Amino acid sequence: MHEPTAVTDWPPSASLEAIRARAAMLAQIRGFFADAGVLEVETPIASRCAGSDPALDSLSTRWHGPGWGDGLPLYLHTSPEFPMKRLLAAGTGSIYQICKVFRDGERGRRHHLEFSLLEWYRPGWSYQDLMTEVAALIRLVLGRPDLPSERLSYRGLFRDRLGLDPWAAEPPQLAARAAAAGIGGVGALDLNRDGWLDLLLTHCLEPGLGRGGLTFLCDYPPSQAALARLRLDAVPVAERFEVYLDGVELANGFQELTDAAAQSARLHADLETRRRQGRERPPLDASFLAALGAGLPECAGVALGLDRLLMAALGVHEIDAVLAFPVERA
Amino acid sequence: MANYSTNEFKSGLKIILDGDPYNIVENEFVKPGKGQAFNRVRVRNLKTGRTVEKTFKSGDTVEGADVHDTDMQYLYNDGEWWHFMDPASYEQMTADATVVGDAAKWIKDQDMCKVTLWNGVPLAVEPPNFVVLLITETDPGLKGDTSGGGGKPATLETGAVVRVPLFVQGGELVKVDTRTGEYVSRAKE
Repeated sequence: MHEPTAVTDWPPSASLEAIRARAAMLAQIRGFFADAGVLEVETPIASRCAGSDPALDSLSTRWHGPGWGDGLPLYLHTSPEFPMKRLLAAGTGSIYQICKVFRDGERGRRHHLEFSLLEWYRPGWSYQDLMTEVAALIRLVLGRPDLPSERLSYRGLFRDRLGLDPWAAEPPQLAARAAAAGIGGVGALDLNRDGWLDLLLTHCLEPGLGRGGLTFLCDYPPSQAALARLRLDAVPVAERFEVYLDGVELANGFQELTDAAAQSARLHADLETRRRQGRERPPLDASFLAALGAGLPECAGVALGLDRLLMAALGVHEIDAVLAFPVERA
Repeated sequence: MANYSTNEFKSGLKIILDGDPYNIVENEFVKPGKGQAFNRVRVRNLKTGRTVEKTFKSGDTVEGADVHDTDMQYLYNDGEWWHFMDPASYEQMTADATVVGDAAKWIKDQDMCKVTLWNGVPLAVEPPNFVVLLITETDPGLKGDTSGGGGKPATLETGAVVRVPLFVQGGELVKVDTRTGEYVSRAKE
């Protein structure tokens, strides 16, 4: 990384057009939710607890205050999910939040350590209903009321385009399929089943999703449920969806898991994975689990990347083009 | 040489893959929202010149390659070895025809070249962007003859053949762009 901000790095990296477009987008989104009767909320960025998801690493800091001479360790949230679910359990009804979230180790053309998330929850809705609302919001922001949308199943996608059953295929078979697809360096990769599925998804399948319209990829393998409920059909699935446009992932949504015991088990399993990998195990959010115990209404929720939505609206392909000051000049 | 982690990957970084030195041409961070992060890189083999794509799991490490470019003066060749000298240290080194490659067509005594070294051993030689060479042989080229729109071939003192305009004659000096192999202009020195 180069030196901290050079004298020539003072201007924003986003154009004035992009800066104005962001303001317009935020106003549109607020109007959309005001019309729909969804309440805007603000929850803390800093918390004593952090998510346990092995795929996400939180940034942390220390606060010095009364009683905390040595500094209270605080984590910057990777998503506002836990406090928003506490609000739902307290009876807020449908809520949304627009906030910055932080993820360690993520930087690239579509990734920045700090990015803007729109997250909202609909008590009493199914995740299918929520997908309809997500499509409506995206169409509004893009100014494309006729933008088509399709729903594909994760399993169907792998079977149709790669000839694999992601529920049954084992790593050697997935590795062979990756090598056959021309992915370089497969022989040196040490991945578990979900890692191989992610490799095939990102390298072979994602570029073809969301072409000419929105693709909702639905019903993920149970091992990739995160905080989604499982549906125990003949073939169990996680009631999770992701939204793609032009090969770019814009949002991730769930039929939320409301069972406190099941949620607690998942968080502890995550911590065990972190322990095995020799990685930090941040404090679990006991308040979140307590809220589930008190009763989280059945609901569907979704988190949408606003920077990427803005990139789509402007037709740009680098996140820096929509950020006022990426970290290299912040 | 130290190892590099994928979060240090960037264009221009030199690494060892399967025993060969590679240059990272492009590095792309790939990550599904809640899944495994990868680094997808385009790398050029500095021995063969071929470019391939490789995917790494984020967090994996690779061995760094001790590769760097240095300016060296070309001295002479004895038919088998090309001899170069570091003008600062007066150290000499030799490179064979494979390593010298295309540069052999353009370099003459005392030309400064960019030599890529791997563990101190020459890997590739790049000639100066422009060289001035003597035409040793070419047809006179009839005045007014515009039928051969591309000029005429001329053999240079190094043995290289370039197309030159019809008015250029044998015994003249010409300036050539070594990156394209094309005549640029006549030259005085």
